[in-house]
Amino acid sequence: METAIFSRVDRSPLGQWWWTVDRTTLFAFLSLAVIGVLMVATASPPVAERIGLDSFYFLTRHLIFIVPSVAVMVGVSVLSPRWLWRLSSLAFPAIILALIAVLIFGAEIKGARRWLPIAGMSVQPSEFLKPIFALVAAWFLARTKKHGNLKAAAVAMALYAVCVALLMMQPDFGMTFVLTAIWCVQVFLAGLPLRYVFGLLLALAVGVMIVYASFDHVQSRIDRFLNPDSGDNYQVEQSLEAFRAGGILGAGPGQGSVKLRLPDAHADFTFAVLGEEMGVIAVVCVIGLFLFVILRSLARLMEDDDIFCVLGAGGLLSMLGLQAFVHMGSALNVLPAKGMTLPFISYGGSSTLAIGFTMGAILCLTRRKTR
Amino acid sequence: MIFYRMMRRNAAKLTGDRSAMLDLAHGRLVALSSFFAIIYMVLAVRAFDVSVVQAKFWNMEDAGAIVVAEAPEGKRRGSIYDRNGNMLATSLDMASLYADPYLIADPEKTARGLSDIFPSLNFGKTLRSLQSARRFVWIERNISPRQQEAVMQLGEPGLAFRYEEKRVYPAKNEMAHLVGMTNVDGRGLAGVERSFDRMLAKGQDVTLSLDMRLQHALHREVGKAIDDFNAMGGAGVIMDAHTGEVLAGVSLPDFNPHEPGLSEAAAHFNRLTLGVYELGSVFKIFSTAAFLETHDVPMSTTFDAREPIKVGRFTISDYHAEERILTVPEVFMVSSNIGSAMMGQAVGGQRLRQFYEDLGLLSAMNVEVAEVASPLVPDRWGEVATMTASYGHGIATTPLNVAAAVATVVNGGYLIEPTFVHAGEGGKARNNRNKISVISEETSYKMRELMRLVVTDGTGKNADVPGYRLGGKTGTAEKSGAGGYQRKKLISSFVGAFPINDPRYVVMVAVDEPKGNKKSYGYATAGWVAAPAVQRLVKTMANILGMAPDYDAPSYEHPLRQYVALEG
Repeated sequence: METAIFSRVDRSPLGQWWWTVDRTTLFAFLSLAVIGVLMVATASPPVAERIGLDSFYFLTRHLIFIVPSVAVMVGVSVLSPRWLWRLSSLAFPAIILALIAVLIFGAEIKGARRWLPIAGMSVQPSEFLKPIFALVAAWFLARTKKHGNLKAAAVAMALYAVCVALLMMQPDFGMTFVLTAIWCVQVFLAGLPLRYVFGLLLALAVGVMIVYASFDHVQSRIDRFLNPDSGDNYQVEQSLEAFRAGGILGAGPGQGSVKLRLPDAHADFTFAVLGEEMGVIAVVCVIGLFLFVILRSLARLMEDDDIFCVLGAGGLLSMLGLQAFVHMGSALNVLPAKGMTLPFISYGGSSTLAIGFTMGAILCLTRRKTR
Repeated sequence: MIFYRMMRRNAAKLTGDRSAMLDLAHGRLVALSSFFAIIYMVLAVRAFDVSVVQAKFWNMEDAGAIVVAEAPEGKRRGSIYDRNGNMLATSLDMASLYADPYLIADPEKTARGLSDIFPSLNFGKTLRSLQSARRFVWIERNISPRQQEAVMQLGEPGLAFRYEEKRVYPAKNEMAHLVGMTNVDGRGLAGVERSFDRMLAKGQDVTLSLDMRLQHALHREVGKAIDDFNAMGGAGVIMDAHTGEVLAGVSLPDFNPHEPGLSEAAAHFNRLTLGVYELGSVFKIFSTAAFLETHDVPMSTTFDAREPIKVGRFTISDYHAEERILTVPEVFMVSSNIGSAMMGQAVGGQRLRQFYEDLGLLSAMNVEVAEVASPLVPDRWGEVATMTASYGHGIATTPLNVAAAVATVVNGGYLIEPTFVHAGEGGKARNNRNKISVISEETSYKMRELMRLVVTDGTGKNADVPGYRLGGKTGTAEKSGAGGYQRKKLISSFVGAFPINDPRYVVMVAVDEPKGNKKSYGYATAGWVAAPAVQRLVKTMANILGMAPDYDAPSYEHPLRQYVALEG
């Protein structure tokens, strides 16, 4: 049936898109979105009731955001890399302005200013900064590589510094960490000599230590991970117990009980709900799905000779992979607990749109080039 | 700008050679892919570890614990039992009733039914909360099983229960200090609840050496002594002389562990293990034992107690002054400070100190509660310290230290470290596993004779229970306060052991600041305060433990009579 719609000789943009886009990855993203709707449906009602909202508040809002997000994903993937760059270069200054606005107008929640009220909803501009920054930085680095334009690399470095400064003023260590990871992966892919790579890793380690030493809550989080007896590990303990209760086959959809006790079951601990209700088989499937997408897309990049695509998609894939890893690793206690949503699966509100954009950009940059 | 320099060099190298550049990028892509492959593999392995491997053990440990949503620990706290299996502390799931007004079909009928079941509920208020728009309202906390049953009979789906673990102490005040208590989150705060917190939290039970019946008797008698003599407080202990097991331990005033906040801070203080006191003449047991252990002399050895001893600016005199030359049994019997100080001198400062140390009197006890104090020992153990330490001044220990050291002296001489944990049926307490001999059998035997003499003829006559051959020693110590020792503020104690021919139990009662009454002719000394309490205690113990009296046993103290020139 599809071939009837998109004939191989179809030269229209949509026809071209269908034959050049990585359809397997597209379906992987769509299945993540479907799993996400199921997980939000089962995990969020107890959370909503606990904070006095309608039972289906989060599910409704998740659907309101996931449908446009999928549309954004498809829409962005239709663009050409050049248009993607144009779009990003326009969006970047707007996001920087939004980040400044957050510092001025944003409401302070738990000691940080991260949210901006736009059109009746709370938007976290830093969620959108991540993919846009990855694309902008990729473009500048690519210019350096293609034309030997050294100023371009300097510009990329300066943009990174500005973004980090704005994020640290909120403060938001999670975002800073992800942004730094994107930047490091990109300079690594761009061919930074190995001795500098080691220097970079060393600088990162020093940075982590400085943050550890100067911020009490970061320190306590890490201490509690390294030595579970030293403090309150309620969420992590509950999360592990959920996996244990789930076992191999799980308690069955909707039958879990960890969501009754975890404050962030719908967002930062969705993975634990998945573990309890669907069992380890589903857990490994989701881990596999993320890994599959990352490895497959990276493999496609190897056949690509456009350095902008390699750097951009490499940065975005790392961001996706790292964010999912931190979420799953926190729930499984292989990392200190850090609240991050599982892309497309957790309830994420407006940030779901940013995820849709990220996935669309990955699809766009990994499309087969027509020669 | 390290990147800038690096980029310049790289750019120069790579411009115009795009295929080399892409080869490099591709190599790096492989590295990146490997990195992600590895970290995701770790995740998958970890997921398998938690969900399958750990789940297996977890399910065996406590299947279904996750169902109890209100117990974050997932496990019910273990219980504490006495040596006979009586419950001293346990956790009960107490139901609390709440309503989801959204699901209540007939608020009026439900409110009427509830106000019938719970007399404290007001119909109007209950109805209003059942008609509210909220999804959760508490109706009544900690309800009884009978009330819960009645609520279920209402058959109202909008009513539900939450279960909260509540710690219950059936013995209430009587065991409060040793068993201890927990905080609202069920973590041990004091006593055994605290020291065994890890075990109890895992759901394991603990069986203590305590005997609820003996504890009750001891609690009653120490309490009576305090009441009779209008005292500030008191402490008492019953210990197995051979195993060191504490069968009963009391500190008064005490508190109700269900409502610890209602008692003043002093009531929470465990005088038995945490209070250090100068206990006075009971220490003559130890200095005399040291003397007999180090000097192979007959009991007829004499000490000149005619004149108080002057050492530097100190004067050592006798409370019950005899003002004559005393033999060893006489010194012990009439509790002569002068005689004991001379014995201490004869033993020598270093040796006396070492002897006390061997008995465990100079260090904090290694015992299973956290509330343990270190004894206060003179910094410089000079001549004066040696002499005062011989009759129990200048050195402050816990009552439990003293009881354990007495057990060591009377049981044939091997070291007793007190314990609160039941050694088990036929099991051996740690004291019996590696018997450490502190004094010889012979000295132990002599000390038992001397202690019996105190009860038959000396200061402890009021403690005697015919047929049970109690031996012991009184101690009346002036409390030190601002400006030196205070004549009116005493700690009166009695420590004894019975049956003295082969002691099974060490008993001790100490009363803090007793005031003389009519019956005691105004005396507040140990012989009048603590000795009668021990007498009553031993009588009760004999009943509880089913010990038959032996009226025909040979008089144990008889061999010493020849050295005693006094009439009782």
